[in-house]
Parts: sequence; structure tokens; C-alpha cells
Amino acid sequence: MKKRVTLKGAAAAAMATAVFAAGTSVLAEQDPTVKEMVVNGEEVMTVVADPQPGVSELDKLYDGWLFRSEETQALQMDDFENPGMIFVEQAEEMWNTVEGSEGKSCASCHGDPSSMKGVRATYPKMSPSLGKLATIEMEVNNCRENRMGAEPWKYTGGKMTAMNALITLQSRGMPVDVKVDDAVRANWEHGKELYYARTGQLELSCANCHEQHYGERIRADMLSQGQINGFPAYRLKNGKLNSVHARFKGCVRDTRAETYKPGSQAFIDLELYVATRGNGLSVTGPSVRN
Amino acid sequence: MKRAMLSMAILVAGTVTATAAEIAPNDVVFNDGAVETPLTDKPGDPAAGRKVVGTKSLGNCVACHQVSEMSDVPFHGEIGPSLDGAGDRYTEAELRAIIADAKKVFPDTVMPSFYKTGPYIRPGKAFTGKAPDGPLPPLLSAQQIEDVVAYLKTLKE
Repeated sequence: MKKRVTLKGAAAAAMATAVFAAGTSVLAEQDPTVKEMVVNGEEVMTVVADPQPGVSELDKLYDGWLFRSEETQALQMDDFENPGMIFVEQAEEMWNTVEGSEGKSCASCHGDPSSMKGVRATYPKMSPSLGKLATIEMEVNNCRENRMGAEPWKYTGGKMTAMNALITLQSRGMPVDVKVDDAVRANWEHGKELYYARTGQLELSCANCHEQHYGERIRADMLSQGQINGFPAYRLKNGKLNSVHARFKGCVRDTRAETYKPGSQAFIDLELYVATRGNGLSVTGPSVRN
Repeated sequence: MKRAMLSMAILVAGTVTATAAEIAPNDVVFNDGAVETPLTDKPGDPAAGRKVVGTKSLGNCVACHQVSEMSDVPFHGEIGPSLDGAGDRYTEAELRAIIADAKKVFPDTVMPSFYKTGPYIRPGKAFTGKAPDGPLPPLLSAQQIEDVVAYLKTLKE
């Protein structure tokens, strides 16, 4: 396996060896090899950024793309190769499909999907119409139930996640800019608490892997910073688009814990914290991951 | 009747033996980063311990630790220190303590506690994501801990 020879890496390794010999075990995270992500040969993404002071414990932000193999990286840099785009196309069709008692489609009120530009970059946020902290999924179902008179979609279902990908794509390249203001501060604090809670029988927090050990391999997988700016993510492992809450659930399950439910207040608050922790990276979804 | 009595006697004897031979998770005595008393009275088996270390459904130690001696097992992790030479760096009692409950030795370690039954935050039923049916057994049995200790003792520089 390739090891980056960076000053930080070498110093950390030397320190780890010294500390380890003294009887405690501290291994530091490893920075990924930084390269440029250019989508379709023209859209340059910000995949390395400085964290926003006060909302992130990280020294440097790295898009999850940097931690993947060259083959996987290449898939995401070409929309014709990115399997996530198939679902975006499906969502474009749904966008224009009239459903429900009110005889409306998304397009009836919102026009072209490009009207969603900027939305993904600022969510989750306080929703004026819902009167609470909302995710994109919640807004979509709010529209479906209260404006279209249609059945809500399953939170992590295929239709919902495809629609989220279509909405996300409109903001691709924009910096994530999720606000922590007084209206959502309690949610954010709760999300942060969850981020550092060591759950399950394995007693692992999000931070244990994605803050303390990113850039290192756990068995065959390289841990990333767990940034969500690339979601929804097409996973080669399951051949579909995956939503943020579905990934949260999978991670918490892997700590041998009783998970929270997708769409639960816990995961909404956690999404807020994790989103702000990556403020400054580009929206890069739909991404391609292992 | 006589036969029933006999089997009962064997059953009772068996129970007593098992109880006497094993130290329960909550009764393990940690002293200055070491657990002097073996958790069972059956000596650890290095071959069985090797299996626990390298098998995903058992200890899965290689998920985080690299072990040169185990090159037959693919994909070793790099989260924790290499286990090469662990038998030189630590005494048997220290190895037992680290494997049983590493947080008693290194308070901030991310390493799971393998001989512990709680309390946990949101304990689950293995990897199902669901709530457990009842109290959770430790991740490894007392004998498995002793087997892993025996294996790690063989890892010399």
C-alpha cells in the first residue's frame, strides 16, 4: 500500500512510535494526496478548504473524492461515466410529472430544475414554510403533501434520493454554506453531541474514524473525513444513489448500535452539524464512492 | 432415578467448574495497566488466538492492526499500531488488560473493549442496527481473550 511521505505524516509516525514505546497508543490522521477535481473538463471543484472557525474541529477539509482510487475518481469527473447521472435523468422526468390531487408537478411552481441553484449549498436550514430545521427531503415531501396533494416519498427511497441528486446538481461547484444561527443553534449543538457520542458495543463515534483516523485503512477501506458535500453518493458497492441519512444509519449500525431512523430529529441535527463541518468545500454531488 | 441423579450431579459439577474457571467481565481486576490473573484456568491456545485475530466474525483485530506474521490474511488496517513484536513490548498481564478493555489502559483509545458487558450508548443486536433482545455478552469470551493473549505472546521482534 502507498504511504504518503509528507512532513506531517512522517512527524506523526515518528511521534506515534515514540509515544507508543512509552506505553500509550496515539496514531494521527493522514492527509490525502491532493489533486484537482475538474468535472467534464471544465468545472473546477474545491476539494480542499480551510474550515470555518468555530464550526469544525478539523485543521483542513478534504472532499471524500480525494480518498478514493484513481478509477473511482475518474468516474466522478465525467458525467457520462458517473452512474449517479442515470438517476438524475430519472428525476428530471419526475420533476415534470403531474401527480396528486392538485394536478401539479414540481415544474408547475418551480419551473426549470435550475431554479434550485443554491438550495443544496445551504441545507439543512430553518424552513419558513415548515417552521423548523429542514432537510431537502423534508422540503420535497412538504411540497408533495401540501402543495401537490401527493403521497410523500420514503425518506431514503430511490425517488427521493434521485430528486435530491437533481436538486444537488444545480448547486455543483458552489461552496457549502450552511448557517449556524440562533434559530438552529440547539439543533447544531445536539448534532455535535451525537457526532462525538461513542455508540454501540464497539463504542465508536463518528469522530473516532472520520476525525482521528481519516486517510488510514480500516481493513481494505480507506477512511475519509465523512464529508457530505458529495451526497447523494452513487456507491459501486450497492449500485444505487445513497442519501446522507442512509449512510449515517449504516455507520451507526457498524458500531453494533441500535441506529436512529432516517428522517429522525437525531439524524436531521447530525446532518446539520456534519454539513457545517464541511462549509467551504464545493457541492460535488452526485458523487461516486466505493 | 439413579441415572437422573447422576446426570444432575454431573450438571451441577459442570456448572461449578465453569463458574470457578472464569472471571466475569465485571470482576476483572485491572492494576496499573495489567490484569495478572488469567480469565480462565485453561491455558490460552495460540493457534485458536490467531484465528480470533484474523477472522472478521471473531476479533477482527486485523481490521485496525497490521500483523506481518499473518500475511495469509488479506487487507490489514492501519488504525492501531502494528502488532509485530507485541510479545516483546508487553507482559502477558499487560496484553490481557489491553485486549480485555483497552480503555482501562489507554483512556482515549478508539479500540473496542472486548471483555465488557456495558454500559453502552445505544447498544445494538450485533450488526443489525436493531435493539438487543437482552443483556449483551462480551465481544469475546474469556477463553478467546486468553487465546489471543497466547498468540500475541508469540509475536517477537
